[in-house]
Amino acid sequence: MTRRMPFFVAAMAAFCFVLGVYPGWEHQPASVSAFGQIPVLSEGRFKPLDSVARSTLLVIQGHQGVIAPDKAELTPDEWLLDVLFNPQKADTYAIFYIDNPDLLSLVGKSETHLTIERLSFNEIAPHIAEIEAQEKLAEPVSAQARTRFQSSVVQLYGNLSHYLRLRRAILPEGSKDFLGELLHLQEILVDGVEAVRAKEAGQPHDEAKAAAIMAEGQKFVGMSEGTDLLAIPPDEGDDPNAWHNTGHALLETFGKGEVNPAVLAYAGMGYAWRGNEPAKFDHIVGLYRTALEKHFPRQVQKARVETLFNTAQPFYAGMWMYLGAFLFAALSWIKWPEASRRTAFALVALGWVIATLGIATRMWLEGRPPVTNLYSSAIFIGWGSVALCLVLEAVYRDGIGAEAAGLIGFATLIIAQHLALAGDTLEMMRAVLDSNFWLGTHVVVVTIGYASTFLAGVLAVIYILRGLFTTTLDKASAEALSRMVYGIVCFATLFSFVGTTLGGIWADQSWGRFWGWDPKENGALIIVIWNALILHARWAGMVRQRGLMCLAVFGNIVTSWSWFGTNMLGIGLHAYGFTDAAFWWLSAFVASQLAIIAAANLPLGRWRSFRT
Amino acid sequence: MNDSLKLVRGFFVSLRLTVFLLALSIILIFWATLDQVNLGVWAVQHKFFHSFIVFARFGSLQVPVFPGGYTIGGLLLVNLLSGHIYRFKMGWNKAGIWIAHAGLILLLVGELISGLVQKDYQMRIEEGETKNYAESGRQNELAVIDATDANFDEVVAIPESLLAHGTVVQNPKLPFRVVPKEYNPNSSIQMRSQVPNAPPSLATVGMGTMVAVTPLDVTYKEDERNVPSAFVELVGPDGSLGTWLVSPLLGNPQKFDFAGKTWKLVMRPKRTYQPYSLTLEKFSHDIYPGTDIPKNFSSRIKINPPGGEPSRDVLIYMNNPLRYGGLTYYQQGYDGEHTTILEVVRNPSWLAPYFACAAITLGLVVQFLIHLVGFARRRRA
Repeated sequence: MTRRMPFFVAAMAAFCFVLGVYPGWEHQPASVSAFGQIPVLSEGRFKPLDSVARSTLLVIQGHQGVIAPDKAELTPDEWLLDVLFNPQKADTYAIFYIDNPDLLSLVGKSETHLTIERLSFNEIAPHIAEIEAQEKLAEPVSAQARTRFQSSVVQLYGNLSHYLRLRRAILPEGSKDFLGELLHLQEILVDGVEAVRAKEAGQPHDEAKAAAIMAEGQKFVGMSEGTDLLAIPPDEGDDPNAWHNTGHALLETFGKGEVNPAVLAYAGMGYAWRGNEPAKFDHIVGLYRTALEKHFPRQVQKARVETLFNTAQPFYAGMWMYLGAFLFAALSWIKWPEASRRTAFALVALGWVIATLGIATRMWLEGRPPVTNLYSSAIFIGWGSVALCLVLEAVYRDGIGAEAAGLIGFATLIIAQHLALAGDTLEMMRAVLDSNFWLGTHVVVVTIGYASTFLAGVLAVIYILRGLFTTTLDKASAEALSRMVYGIVCFATLFSFVGTTLGGIWADQSWGRFWGWDPKENGALIIVIWNALILHARWAGMVRQRGLMCLAVFGNIVTSWSWFGTNMLGIGLHAYGFTDAAFWWLSAFVASQLAIIAAANLPLGRWRSFRT
Repeated sequence: MNDSLKLVRGFFVSLRLTVFLLALSIILIFWATLDQVNLGVWAVQHKFFHSFIVFARFGSLQVPVFPGGYTIGGLLLVNLLSGHIYRFKMGWNKAGIWIAHAGLILLLVGELISGLVQKDYQMRIEEGETKNYAESGRQNELAVIDATDANFDEVVAIPESLLAHGTVVQNPKLPFRVVPKEYNPNSSIQMRSQVPNAPPSLATVGMGTMVAVTPLDVTYKEDERNVPSAFVELVGPDGSLGTWLVSPLLGNPQKFDFAGKTWKLVMRPKRTYQPYSLTLEKFSHDIYPGTDIPKNFSSRIKINPPGGEPSRDVLIYMNNPLRYGGLTYYQQGYDGEHTTILEVVRNPSWLAPYFACAAITLGLVVQFLIHLVGFARRRRA
């Protein structure tokens, strides 16, 4: 039975992954999915509405699912449809997360409500003026110096305005029947515009008609300022990147003499959605997408692929496979050594292939090398480490590579999951970083340097924990681990050095200095020096097996400092990802590594292995 | 060789010293990185890296607490050189190490040189404007200009440091002495009417009589600049001409006549002149649609060489600098829609890191391959 275990487990995992992508298994009607695939221009890039929904939900509440007051579960697309077209209903969904007691009391929740964490817009709305006043007080304080209450209030205010800007993306504030209003506008348009022209020229005119049109114009000006979602495509022949928001597109109505057809299509979708007429909704979405595909085939195709990517969640799937691999590799030291080891190897390989597909899709969507921000660096560090582990496992066949792969793969993807809460992970690059050549060389190579330094550290952790707490670390596996760590440290020295100096050369090309002692540069340099120190200490005979392992574990601290710690200083040219919670986690991680080093220095008599 | 010499040699060639110095360098860099939050990157370089000893301040006492960048780097260099000379053996199995360490020496020396001689300036040009000088981002100078000839200015530039030290300047081109009275490294200036309680001004002539100067703490923040101000008295052979307030905040030069000539007095960012000039023909700047994230910016520049050589056009943009006349021009930023800011750098050793990195990379790859081949052979055996 155990002989077939690797095959069955891997096949099960692959089957679960494919199920998640298979269209028939989605939790929402096909027309809603089709709506989610419509491309819009937001935050500087084309993306499907599905991505708008997901990244907004991640920013506001930290996860993608929404529970309606009647306990029904909504998909992100359904939630977005309600926000855009049925705001009265969307305002009842509890999506705003408040964990600060002072802030809870600000929105009228007493001590007894302190367990309440999620509130709907309707619950918060009566207190918006107070929240705004508090935000105005807290906003000038720099992010690092804010109290918890200040951070919470700034965050809540940001989330509220994020929500409101999305709510105003298509419909004007308080609109009851947008489609009807537009059709009415179409009727009064010609006469009304004429009346306004006559009025401006000082000629006799119908004051009521002119006033009606002016009022419409005022409304559209308000709409055009209230959102940053550019959903309306430009006319044929215009700059293909010059998309507009609905307010802006409606303002053009007066010049063109007709209401923009894309706005009408959205209004129609809203009418059908609100009236709960699935057939009509399906029809209008289909018509709009067909029309859009004619002029923007590439954007429509990319949006479709990105939606599929969103649904498949390859990194989430990969995370669980790595965890499974970790458990099976651990099992291999207790029971069914060969079958468990091969199962772990198969799961790592599968997880890695899925992660590779995910990275490749991201690269294609962005048109960029794999690492462009902190989020993608986490994914790529995991990917690179796991790739090295696969090689180690293929060479040594002792389960250590699979164990390390499971641990690093799982940890990096968990980190990535949390980094994704900051918003769109396919964000645009700032001008200074906009160089695919350097992103493709410096960033990729230095990230592999990080990955391999972590891998050496994780292998050393495995050595120490296995030796301390199990009897499985015999002389042969201890020596194998020691050779692996030494080899990986050599590899890490090469890649971190080359990556760091390529960064220096990029800096010389773009800022005029090879080295500027910027925090991120210093962090990378410390990794290089630390790796060099390990090698020299070993050559000098200052450390043997256990000493090498301790130094390699300290490499974890050095690397995590460079990766996250330098960003927390909030200074320097590379400071691109300050996160509050990360500081706590970093400290905890550093403490755990120091504890492992301390434990490694217990006399050998205390180790369960090596006892003779 | 006697024993104590052997001991010294043993100390300098030992790998233990290498490990110790590497550990010290890590502490130094880590500490310097943390200190950047307080001091800013420029002061940190001075305190930690371009120094032999790092001093810490306890009250008013400066106490040496740690070896500086020059000490650690210098000892590493000595350790590296002596170790290699001492252990020198011909043979292929260490070839990679040799190449890598040769590259490392080049890198350390190159960075030492550029730390000593590199100069950087800024050039701020409006569209259509032609400039033949660049300005320092941090240092200022007091320019005393003989503007009698409408076509030609004769300039005597007094560095800020002389004003700071109160050094009296007498220059053969000037018919008066410049006597610094008061100097503030950072300051703000307001109209006197807005500061009713301001103490009386030291200035007796010029703009300084109308404004009040408030001294400010020196800032180390990256996005802030220190703006100095100073009161200087000009003393002619027959006595004082008056005391002027000078500061980059005042903008336009202050004019006066003396000894039959027209003079201008202005404190401005320190200038360095080139024999050629640059004209900004067009500045372009895009943002991503629907956001305020900059997408790119670029400057179309016309180079006007000296001696009537034909001028030529170049495009400077992010990651694509112009190297000309021993200087390198980078697209650094912009000010409004029509003004470009170029970073101007003079660094004669800029090529050293390129060669050094190539050598170290090659060396590490060679050594890595030697190990890998050995490893594969042992496994096969």
